[in-house]
Amino acid sequence: MSLPDGWELVVGLEVHTELLTASKLFCGCENRFGEEPNTHVCPVCLGLPGSLPVLNRQAVELAMRIGAALHCTIAPSTFHRKNYFYPDQSKDYQISQYDLPINSRGYLDLPDGSRIGIERAHLEEDTGKTTHLSSGGRLQGAERSLVDYNRCGVPLVEIVSAPDIRSSAQARAYASELRSVLIATGASDGRLEEGSIRFDANVSVRRAGEPFGTRCEIKNLNSLRSLQRAIDYEAQRQIDLIESGGVVRQETRHWDEGLGETSTLRVKEDAEDYRYFRDPDLVDLAPEPAWVDEVRHRLPPMPSERRSALGALLSSPTSAQLDAVEAVVELGIERFVHAVARENGDVVIALSRAANELASAVDEVDRLAEHSFVTVVDMEASGEVSATQAKALLAGLLAGEDSDPRSLARAKGFEKMDQSALSTLVEELIGAHPDEWSRYRGGDEKLAQFFIGQVMRRTKGQANGKTVIEELNARR
Amino acid sequence: MSSSLSRDDVEKVARLARLRLTEAELDLFTGQLAQILDHASDLAALDLHDVAPTAHPFGLINVMRDDLVEASLPPEEILREAPDAEQGRFGVPRIVGEEP
Repeated sequence: MSLPDGWELVVGLEVHTELLTASKLFCGCENRFGEEPNTHVCPVCLGLPGSLPVLNRQAVELAMRIGAALHCTIAPSTFHRKNYFYPDQSKDYQISQYDLPINSRGYLDLPDGSRIGIERAHLEEDTGKTTHLSSGGRLQGAERSLVDYNRCGVPLVEIVSAPDIRSSAQARAYASELRSVLIATGASDGRLEEGSIRFDANVSVRRAGEPFGTRCEIKNLNSLRSLQRAIDYEAQRQIDLIESGGVVRQETRHWDEGLGETSTLRVKEDAEDYRYFRDPDLVDLAPEPAWVDEVRHRLPPMPSERRSALGALLSSPTSAQLDAVEAVVELGIERFVHAVARENGDVVIALSRAANELASAVDEVDRLAEHSFVTVVDMEASGEVSATQAKALLAGLLAGEDSDPRSLARAKGFEKMDQSALSTLVEELIGAHPDEWSRYRGGDEKLAQFFIGQVMRRTKGQANGKTVIEELNARR
Repeated sequence: MSSSLSRDDVEKVARLARLRLTEAELDLFTGQLAQILDHASDLAALDLHDVAPTAHPFGLINVMRDDLVEASLPPEEILREAPDAEQGRFGVPRIVGEEP
């Protein structure tokens, strides 16, 4: 969506990502999604008197990986209590980092070449999950709430961008790229639908050249689509308000995905109202320089690099192929395509099979040897099997039916169809479908698909589509 | 040194802590808190430019544990002390408008 002439959008995003640790940030309760309520809680994460938090080393490691991937300064840091009265924390404060975060001042480069500044990426604990009764689960108007503390104390890193984002599409691109980076570092599983990554957007508008306008913080953005829609809605709301003589009030607003609207949740408190103070139960965190260096050193290649490397295998990629490159990199399965390239195989076929057949069974790809994938791609490229058969072979290999593509092909009866048998079959089908044949002869190319479909049905997918068209054209 | 703490400051701090104070209590605590702040502000008379702030009485840093799962409490035990519980969850009154 574009804004009315003369207006500029200014957005900063706060992204919370849960860390893939085994246990919580300050206690040994299991960090696990989707369990029975309150089965992973203990005196520490409930904040019972006498309990003491102890920092999880792996959470620090993952936080530093995020910092390294975002080109941040990784520095000594401290933990503060953020005090507030809301039952998603039973101890009435959240342990977070305040003036000295572990990671600060970095950046993220987006695929379009733009660079978004990162102000900080700090460690904190997640909150419990509240369910609001008697208003269709919505926050406003709830009479009573139920709380599950399983998520309470799960390690989070909050990544705060600079207000460098200028459109809702760019906000989406940033969120999407950041998600890929978080997955690549091993810090996050990237599952938006499970709330592993959550977005808050600070949105303001200004007339071009003017200072920043008053911002509103939008909450409850659970998908990339919600993020983009909410920013579009909010920008237009603020512009309409200002153009009709009103003033934007600094507040927190709630996005309602069903209504496609934001509404006031509460007027923003000042930061000091959280009465931050040092948590006296936790000592300073100052990772040894050798540990920090090691984290930076061991950091795997980031998605941007990996996309370039994979894209470089294609001579002049189409936009569909670029999408496939993105998908394959996101799933971390590009090694299969690289293996085909190393053997001088057909990279276009390999990319397509990876982005479709491997992607649809991504949890099983460890069963598939790279050389088996190379073989299947070669079999398809040489016409030894049809595309349909190649897909079936990959499905079989991924399902563990066999580990050798050629023996699986024999078991499935995928032998190259005899040219004369195909010729006879095409002849037969032309005779059986005179109307379709005359339309095809008359130039209706769509009918080729009809004949290919018939051939595939009769041969159980054994025939090669291109060969069928050759047979048809020979008689046209 | 005199404190700049006002009665309004105390009223605000009490509100943030969800404390309901009477007029008499506000007067009493403004005086007491001002005394404490005055006492602390005596430090300002000292030359401390080469003394690092003390955040903790122990000279410890980097106290960490390995990422190992330990047993949690049984949910029955956790919910036994709760004034209200339903479907394995803690029941709380309507609380809108204070989420951070």
